[in-house]
Amino acid sequence: MDLSYSEENEEFRAKLQEFLKENWPLPESIGDLKQREEEFRRRATEAGYMMRSIPKEYGGSEQPLDFLKGEIIREEIKKHGAPTEVVHIGTGRVVPVLLQHGTPEQKAYWIPPTVRREFMWCQGYSEPNAGSDLASLKTRAELVGDKWIINGQKIWSSGAHKYPFMVALIRTEPEDVAPRHKGISYFLLDLRQPGVEIRPIKQISGEPEFNEVFFTNAEAPIDAVVGGRGNGWNVSRMLLRYERAAFSGINWADHLIQRCVRTAKGTMRNGKPAIEDPAVRADIARLQARAMAMRYSAYRDMSMEAVGEPSGDYMMLQKLYLTEMLLKLDDITRDLLADDLMMMNPGIDTDGLKGNAKWVDASLQSLKIRIAGGSSNIQRNIIGERVLGLPRDGVGVNARSNREASK
Amino acid sequence: MKFRLDEDQQQLQATIGKILAADRIQPRVRAVIDGKKAWDEETWQELVEFGLTAIIVPEENDGMGLSLIELAICAEELGRSTAAVPFLGHVLATIAIVEGGSEEQKARLLPGLASGEVLGSIALTEGNDTWAPADWRMAPEGTTISGRKRNVPNGDIAQLVVVGIEGGRLGVVEMAKPGVSCETFECLDLTRPICSIDFDKAEVELLQNGPAAATRVWDAALALLSADAYGGAWKITEMARDYVQVREAFGAKLAEFQAIKHQLANVVVEVEPTRGLYWFAAYTYARMPEKASHAVSLAKAQTTEVYDICARMCTELHGGIGFTWEFDAHVWLKRAMFDTAWGGRPQRLFLRATEFVDW
Repeated sequence: MDLSYSEENEEFRAKLQEFLKENWPLPESIGDLKQREEEFRRRATEAGYMMRSIPKEYGGSEQPLDFLKGEIIREEIKKHGAPTEVVHIGTGRVVPVLLQHGTPEQKAYWIPPTVRREFMWCQGYSEPNAGSDLASLKTRAELVGDKWIINGQKIWSSGAHKYPFMVALIRTEPEDVAPRHKGISYFLLDLRQPGVEIRPIKQISGEPEFNEVFFTNAEAPIDAVVGGRGNGWNVSRMLLRYERAAFSGINWADHLIQRCVRTAKGTMRNGKPAIEDPAVRADIARLQARAMAMRYSAYRDMSMEAVGEPSGDYMMLQKLYLTEMLLKLDDITRDLLADDLMMMNPGIDTDGLKGNAKWVDASLQSLKIRIAGGSSNIQRNIIGERVLGLPRDGVGVNARSNREASK
Repeated sequence: MKFRLDEDQQQLQATIGKILAADRIQPRVRAVIDGKKAWDEETWQELVEFGLTAIIVPEENDGMGLSLIELAICAEELGRSTAAVPFLGHVLATIAIVEGGSEEQKARLLPGLASGEVLGSIALTEGNDTWAPADWRMAPEGTTISGRKRNVPNGDIAQLVVVGIEGGRLGVVEMAKPGVSCETFECLDLTRPICSIDFDKAEVELLQNGPAAATRVWDAALALLSADAYGGAWKITEMARDYVQVREAFGAKLAEFQAIKHQLANVVVEVEPTRGLYWFAAYTYARMPEKASHAVSLAKAQTTEVYDICARMCTELHGGIGFTWEFDAHVWLKRAMFDTAWGGRPQRLFLRATEFVDW
């Protein structure tokens, strides 16, 4: 075990600090704030501080996996107040899939503009009757000549109203292909065409982030499939693992704890800041223990994977662990908010503590991540089956396939 | 930068895991539980021969000169096996002398502890919930101490005990000397019986660097109990996992019911992440001492709370048999309760952790 910042790492930090000093803030002659931020990110990528896992030929900086350097970058950029790397579905999910499963032509076509955020992505997995039971999805693509003709409906596609590209799971093989998931392919789609209709869905938070996406003889070129026909399930599983493995969850947890501390400092209880209340302090420490458990379990996992040792099952647990932690965080902030919980924007358009509006929204959003990307009960199934080796559920289609398997 | 066990550490874990294999150890634990033996001397001898007691002792004092990381790995295996051996008190007494002794004291006291010839224990708390060095009230009069220390692990068989003294000092008392008596009780965790020790003008030798060492001893205890809790929690989870795949009800294996599967999944999702936590606690103790008190407090509080709820859930999954004396689940449950209480209850340790943050 060695977590120390070696001399090499300290040099890395010094060089980064120098880079930050020289490159942020940038002069206004470069453009407006957005342009300056983009220019900074371009420079940071060129210098090896962003897009580190993406090869240079596709616009990344191609750095060896080093989570301590990743930490240093995060710390220093935050300390300096410079723009951070933007985490989005494109670089978080589409690019890793393409790197592993794409053809050279697909990589060259899709990755560079995705890295530059010229191509922004939404996801089309779920359907009205295929959520947790994703393999029952019905949207179909037929190959007609050299084009795929797509019909069906996707739902819960975050950002489809503003992002032109969709990564989608679509059935390309006959209905009777068994098992069901073998008939599914992984598509990269351009939504800007007449056969696509997008209807926003208003969320409980009032925001129209989700969408329904209808395909009526929509078209895609023959090479829109990644990883081969009928192989979409495997390709997407890699994607899901990537999604769950994301370090961003842990950093987010740390960030929320810090914000919770600030709120507790600003909230008065019995004439004193709530942060002085031992019960509040211990509650926040409980969250800190969980965040620490996540961070060092992930470090362990990655350290072992890096040398080819089997690291066990932690990564499969992290999503459920994180969402359960958010529930506990919600307990604390709800108590801190008190009456402010009853307004959507306390401290902004009503009385109340400035900053509490964020918590009301966060309280609602924390429920979303319990459902999205594999609901908590699906996570429990996965953990029960893959971590503990317990049998699959014995109802519905599983009962049938269990029976067939035992024949 | 890496956060994994190196080859030597993996070897260490595998070797002690073999010594503590369930089929060897469980009959011996059972003999203790059923009152046929006071403690498991046979396993302790094997562990001593293996070098467990020498791990944390510096090489110049006849030890291996390894760190708390290696010791914590062993503590995980001891927790997993529930071996009824006097590990906790002995290694804490050793650590107290390693951290607090003068060169002369170390040279004189450590070789016997390292070789296992002398059995040590640790006497910190005096009242209820008084584990912190700042809580200790026992004051020396000249070279003697008087008063009562509580919750001393295996104090009845120890030959040497390190005593916490007012002002966060540490002193060494030989149990055979006049003015020292030990009172035993019916204890919850029979694998680690605790007793009270009464000192009546008993001769004490103060450790030279006691005040600096006192917090280190407490912190080491918290890290080692975290490791014990992680090991124990996984083992009882495995027992429940195996049981629900054998036991049938309503014409099906229990494991086929989603409620059962989810209960076990909920246990695992809490237990597994505590490994990273105890590793980090042991790591900070060994390599980043300025962060240790924070990390070990969080680790002990979290890991033992998880162990306790895990042991309860897993015992419950065994149904009525789980509540019988004959079935072993209660051995883990009671170790979980011991781990939760000894060294400080979780709520207090969570609060202690906040002494080291900027809020």
